[in-house]
Amino acid sequence: MSRVRVLVGTRKGAFVLNADGKREKWDVSGPFFPGWEIYHVAGSPADPDRLFASQSSGWFGQVIQRSDDGGATWETVGNEFSYDGATGTHQWYDGTPHPWEFARVWHLEPAPDDPDTVYAGVEDAGLFKSTDGGQHWAELPGLRTHRSGPSWQPGAGGMCLHTIILDPAHPGRMYAAISAAGAFRSDDYGQTWEPVNRGLHSEGIPDEDAEVGHCVHRIAMHPSRPEVLYMQKHWDVMRTDDAGGSWHEISGNLPTDFGFPIGVHAHEPDTVYVVPITSDSHHFPPEGKLRVYRSRTGGDDWQALTRGLPQAHCYVNVLRDAMAVDSLEDCGVYFGTTGGQVYASADAGDNWAPIVRDLPAVLSVEVQTLS
Amino acid sequence: MIRVVLPAHLRTLARVDGEVELRVEGEVTQRAVLDALEARYPVLRGTIRGHGGGPRRAFVRFFACEQDLSHESPDAPLPAAVAAGTEPYLIVGAMAGG
Repeated sequence: MSRVRVLVGTRKGAFVLNADGKREKWDVSGPFFPGWEIYHVAGSPADPDRLFASQSSGWFGQVIQRSDDGGATWETVGNEFSYDGATGTHQWYDGTPHPWEFARVWHLEPAPDDPDTVYAGVEDAGLFKSTDGGQHWAELPGLRTHRSGPSWQPGAGGMCLHTIILDPAHPGRMYAAISAAGAFRSDDYGQTWEPVNRGLHSEGIPDEDAEVGHCVHRIAMHPSRPEVLYMQKHWDVMRTDDAGGSWHEISGNLPTDFGFPIGVHAHEPDTVYVVPITSDSHHFPPEGKLRVYRSRTGGDDWQALTRGLPQAHCYVNVLRDAMAVDSLEDCGVYFGTTGGQVYASADAGDNWAPIVRDLPAVLSVEVQTLS
Repeated sequence: MIRVVLPAHLRTLARVDGEVELRVEGEVTQRAVLDALEARYPVLRGTIRGHGGGPRRAFVRFFACEQDLSHESPDAPLPAAVAAGTEPYLIVGAMAGG
């Protein structure tokens, strides 16, 4: 029987939650690495028992942990993330040049076909790759050194590369997203990159439809239709049907234009999930009601999903890496909050329940579907 | 032997309890102590100072004999009591964040 493993990164450690395919009873283990910020925990599709965790601290910097037994035990691997060559500058918040400085790993993306290969998206924005299970990391500098790099600027959380998507149908094609530079695509295994932001429109930058400078919060893809991407942006939910060639807005009847995560149903490429947040200045759900919105039409037409979610006095946030889906027949959807709850739905969002409560603020949620 | 006290998070990372004792060849400086520490516990590389003996991390402080040595030259001799092992060399996470 299939089972699921939920990997949760929080402000104060990592947690691993296991359940059988019914997804009713959960075994919670952790905290692993207590006291440290765990921005992301991710499992290798090629070897699901191989997990990688980004462990960091404002005091003691970056550590990468690896497990080869599904999270029961962990070992430290390489933590040297050195930019390749001259680092140059990007824009600081006030528009002045600011040197590129490594702060932390935001996102780990294991390769689908090799358990030793994993990509890391870091702050200040850069893309790194390891081909030895995380022992050594080398930058793919073509992204950071793109001609537009000096004009990139940090979002409120820092200038982070938070999204890495590997196209399963086009060898060498990958996407990265940076706050606040935008979305980028490579067709040569990450050697060279081009912005793919046409159609995005953002307030707060001098040219509202500029080539770069957009605060992209998250991008999601369904593997069966990789030319379609969905984006939750600082403002608006967007969609491209041509691999980033152009984007159009699909916010439709959503109650707000702001939010962080976006996800796609495991078996329905037109079923999309977002969690609207009031605004960039009010990082909590509108009206104090925690609602996931689901579109079954690839956007524009959205339905509020509320059953089992708090509908009064709820002022948590759901961060960009904190939503995931499993691939069981009845697709499970999961998200974590800054209030420490991890909610799950075993029926594609119709009904929700917390599978764990009162964790530290949740930074990331990943789900593995195991046989 | 040089006695080194690590902050709690780094003791956990290095999987040690209590003080660390290190043998340091030659002159006992902060650099020599940190080199010996990182050689014994490679997991600490990058957590106290930059890789390859780089600068002290901003939120890490070095104390010994009731003195703040954070801004001393890494190649200056440590106090004789540290070199003799009668006083520990303290690696401390800066007091910040409440």
